[in-house]
Amino acid sequence: MISTLETQAKRPPFSPEKLTEVQGVIKQFPEGKQKSAILRVLHIAEEEFGGWLSPETMDYVAELLDIQSIEVYEVATFYTMFNLKPTGKFVFEVCRTGPCMLVGSDEIIDYIKSKLGISAVGETSADGMFTLKTAECLGACGYGPMLQCGKVYHEHLTPAKVDELMDHYRAKYSSSINQN
Amino acid sequence: MGRKLLLEHIDVSGIETYDVYRNHGGYKSVEKALKTMSAQEVVEEVQKSALRGRGGAGFPTGMKWSFLAKPEGVPRYLVCNADESEPGTFKDRFLMEKLPHLMVEGMITSSYALGANTAYIYIRGEYMFVLDILEKAIAEAYAKGWLGKNILGSGYDLDLHVAPGGGAYICGEETALLESLEGKRGNPRMKPPFPAVKGLYGCPTVVNNVESICAVVPIINIGADEYLKIGTEKSSGTKLISACGNIARPGVYEIELGLSVEDFIYGDEWCRGIANGKKLKALIPGGSSVPILPAHLITSTAAGERRYMSYESLSDGGFASGSMLGSGGFIVFDEDQCIVRNTWNFARFYAHESCGQCSPCREGTSWMEKVLHRLETGKGNMRDIDLLAEINKKIEGNTICPLGDAAAWPVAAAIRHFREEFEWHVTHPNDAITRNYGMLKTPSITL
Repeated sequence: MISTLETQAKRPPFSPEKLTEVQGVIKQFPEGKQKSAILRVLHIAEEEFGGWLSPETMDYVAELLDIQSIEVYEVATFYTMFNLKPTGKFVFEVCRTGPCMLVGSDEIIDYIKSKLGISAVGETSADGMFTLKTAECLGACGYGPMLQCGKVYHEHLTPAKVDELMDHYRAKYSSSINQN
Repeated sequence: MGRKLLLEHIDVSGIETYDVYRNHGGYKSVEKALKTMSAQEVVEEVQKSALRGRGGAGFPTGMKWSFLAKPEGVPRYLVCNADESEPGTFKDRFLMEKLPHLMVEGMITSSYALGANTAYIYIRGEYMFVLDILEKAIAEAYAKGWLGKNILGSGYDLDLHVAPGGGAYICGEETALLESLEGKRGNPRMKPPFPAVKGLYGCPTVVNNVESICAVVPIINIGADEYLKIGTEKSSGTKLISACGNIARPGVYEIELGLSVEDFIYGDEWCRGIANGKKLKALIPGGSSVPILPAHLITSTAAGERRYMSYESLSDGGFASGSMLGSGGFIVFDEDQCIVRNTWNFARFYAHESCGQCSPCREGTSWMEKVLHRLETGKGNMRDIDLLAEINKKIEGNTICPLGDAAAWPVAAAIRHFREEFEWHVTHPNDAITRNYGMLKTPSITL
């Protein structure tokens, strides 16, 4: 599993550079309407603070936007992109909606489950590397089956391509560890 | 060969960058509008073009613009709906990803027409990589003086920003989008008041789809008269169609409205027929919310007339034997596909995406999903088929926004046209579990 040390390193507050970025986002909206920045700030916070939104992270965002914590909780629980529990290092979100199903997304979901040794969508591989999730239509209907990992869309999936992807992300993780 | 207005330069290398885009006639509509036309003249030109909203509903864009309230001293907003989430639809992503400056140019020309000094592009959160592309284009446009203060010395100021969603289909509904842009849950608002009167932050607001805003650029460049020559009498111009499902060549195609459905499915220039030499079984022509058509109603109407890719021809026959152009999300089914399974899949989508605000939709979509799952897995009975129709009637028209209707209509159409397939699932419970209806080999199905 991911070491406690590593998780602890990724807690609020934002670095000065990130704080500047967040203030830039807030300035895109009229004075007094800083709450409009919430979704973008939550995306940034999730990326910065370990891939999920802890209560501590949400309270911090509330403080930054000068709004009540409950206003952040109600938004974070409504939108499906936000992880409210810790995940693996990488989250594979496979589109399961009609057009992707027509070209084999169910088979890809089954294949990923067997590769990761997990029994259900939502689980994380034993090594803590990958979490499998499903998503509703991601707007890649002509290029399915597909999955999203972070900002990246991986399209035209086959079992062989899934193998390559897992190798790719494992290597990416190893090199990020070595750099630190 | 059809005429291309939006994708004319799509194959030019580097067209996503400012210099290449500008060298291929980019930002000319801004020059023309700001230097030679009043804001009102731009609105009138768009009205005259008869452009219909390209997001799905098909409401005339120019008319929507003309409704915008203009009280003194109150800011007005243009918000671009880039929350593309209708299953089968991926054209807006294509436009923004490949032609970000066309999006920016459309926003400038349209904002000028509406007298908006701040405009937002609300993009679905999953398209974060597209947001990066747009922000790069916006930064280039600011650097070249197309955004900011006193654009082209005209005295007109405009700030343009991109705001991401967080994963919610409902935010494609314009009032839910505005709620979301204000930093709240995406619960649709009661209408009236319409956004044109009370929209973003309670100010007059126009919300338009990405493709509609991009279409303003060629309309201003070539003029409404020329635009009206393209397409049919009731469907002017070109439309992006995102074709997917079991076709040989999926992708985004710009067509002149009025192209025959047969040419689009089988033509070399477009889908190139059904994949793997199979037969055509069904079509959803405009995104998952529109009625499905069985094979005999696809290339011709119930009256035996040729079917065309236009608002009027695709809806010919109404809900009994027609469908809708919708968003242009064109989903093709081959002979091996199970309609019950697909209908259940889409019902699951709507149950997942219902915002939960209105009980007929929240409960109804979830019951439809459960009943369809029962049928698909061979555990249903004949009464379930009629039960679905009953649930339908209780959702339709009883909710704040159209998501409930969008969930109900496809189920009704699937039963109308493929009732025997639903009945087969009841009479063949074991086969229903182990194989797709119509499919000879046994697929692995995860239910």
